[in-house]
Amino acid sequence: MIELPALGWQSIVIFVVFAVSLLIATYCTYAERVIAAFLQDRVGPDRAGPYGLAQPLADAVKMFTKEEFFPGGANKALFVFGPCLAMITALMSSAVIPFGNNLTFGNNAFFLQGIEVNIGMLWIFGVVSLGVYGVMIGGWASNNKFSLLGAVRAASQNISYELAMGMALIAVLMMSGTLSLREITLQQSVAGEWHFWNIVKQPLGFIIFCVCAFAETNRTPFDLPECETELVGGYHTEYSSMKLGLYLFAEYVNIFVVSAVMSVLYFGGFNFPFQYELRDWFVNSQGWELTSAQNLITILGTLGLFAKIFGFIFFFMWIRWTLPRFRYDQLMRLGWTILIPLAVINILITGGLILFGVIQ
Amino acid sequence: MQLTNRAKKLEKKPMTLAERAYLPAIFQGLSITMRHFFMKKATIRYPEETRPFSPVFRGLHVLKRDEQGRERCTACGLCAVACPAEAITMVAGERKKGEEGLYREEKYAISYEVNMLRCIFCGLCEEACPKAAVYLQPDKMAPPRFERDEFVYGKDRLVEPVSPDQRSVRGIQLTPEQADALRNKLAAQPA
Repeated sequence: MIELPALGWQSIVIFVVFAVSLLIATYCTYAERVIAAFLQDRVGPDRAGPYGLAQPLADAVKMFTKEEFFPGGANKALFVFGPCLAMITALMSSAVIPFGNNLTFGNNAFFLQGIEVNIGMLWIFGVVSLGVYGVMIGGWASNNKFSLLGAVRAASQNISYELAMGMALIAVLMMSGTLSLREITLQQSVAGEWHFWNIVKQPLGFIIFCVCAFAETNRTPFDLPECETELVGGYHTEYSSMKLGLYLFAEYVNIFVVSAVMSVLYFGGFNFPFQYELRDWFVNSQGWELTSAQNLITILGTLGLFAKIFGFIFFFMWIRWTLPRFRYDQLMRLGWTILIPLAVINILITGGLILFGVIQ
Repeated sequence: MQLTNRAKKLEKKPMTLAERAYLPAIFQGLSITMRHFFMKKATIRYPEETRPFSPVFRGLHVLKRDEQGRERCTACGLCAVACPAEAITMVAGERKKGEEGLYREEKYAISYEVNMLRCIFCGLCEEACPKAAVYLQPDKMAPPRFERDEFVYGKDRLVEPVSPDQRSVRGIQLTPEQADALRNKLAAQPA
């Protein structure tokens, strides 16, 4: 009988997820530079360590040893609180993402997930909405026009795109009937049935969600809150040392989380093709026990999910070094007059298809 | 008024649906950057790799020795006169008895200095030299240094080594046999 996961196990998972998301964010800085270089016919950082793999370490040492600077007239408490909040919210949202199915040892089943809650998607939306406070507070506390402009832009941009993002998501929820990310993942691949990942049923929804994800993480072509060419550095103009590092880190953690959410919602999460056939093959032909075969599939599924996440992270960077930035009015027009109506149409189409039993 | 006939008439057509949808253009751009991802990189990883020099490259100076290992320079000062950047200074001295194996002519350069910060590597000294003594090497640059006085190259760094196999590829490099043949040929020519 499968028992509920113990609290101790969950804290281990959360700690591992925390470490892994920080590690991935660290190496995102390296990957960003290498990918940017490759897309521009250069080679990127290759001096520190083999293939420049120690570069993030060098960057971290640089960040830590920089001067802590407080601008005159800044609200000190809020100035420190801003990057902390940005980082905390970025890390919090990864708690509910199912990084794998359950591992079974004896009578204990361990979920590869921080917390399994039935409002997982709602939690992510709530925490991500909080993330804009980090940017807003930091920009406001800096006592700088450019910072404030960046913060205001970030706030209005996030509010505008959260609407379209939520409505794109509603179409998925209409099909799944649950907010639990684990349930949504499991529904995308059921043993013995021919199931497709949600991307097949929701192509338009995925495109809307993806565009909004770019806007939510302040990535090019929607990086108006921190555009160097217009606002010096946007909301982190006045930041230095590791406080700046936290902002930059939070952006990469956000990318990691949003990539994970997109993988879970639209690309089958920890499922991979022919997983049940593979499990049955191990059980029937190799004589494995069902639980150990299932554990192997779980581990492979976790690796598969990370492969999908890395693919999305690469896509984020690929887009960044391809597209120029939107103008602010274009950004607003895209959000309000194109994406939101499209999302509504998508909901209508999905509803119709469900009504007529084409998809379920 | 029309200045040239190259002016292009611009048409402002309304955008097609594909253009307004923006996504096809994005995929076009993505394919371009992806093509560049796999292209050969233009970077030369400097200390490990070096850029190949052109055969006519003019780099660091060298003071040549003749085929018997004697310094060719006779300190005539023509290179210093020819130098547009006034980078060359020298002090002439007289060859003592017993130094015939060291210096080719009776007069030689006690000191010969090239200031690499002034030098523009034009090669006029090379052209001015009547003794074929000074050459600009095609394969060697003046390396970066921390101090300015390190860029003033004296004879210790300019004169090429005594052993023939370590000498610069640029300039006259004749074996004794070739030199004899050249001398005979020149002697046979009517004055």
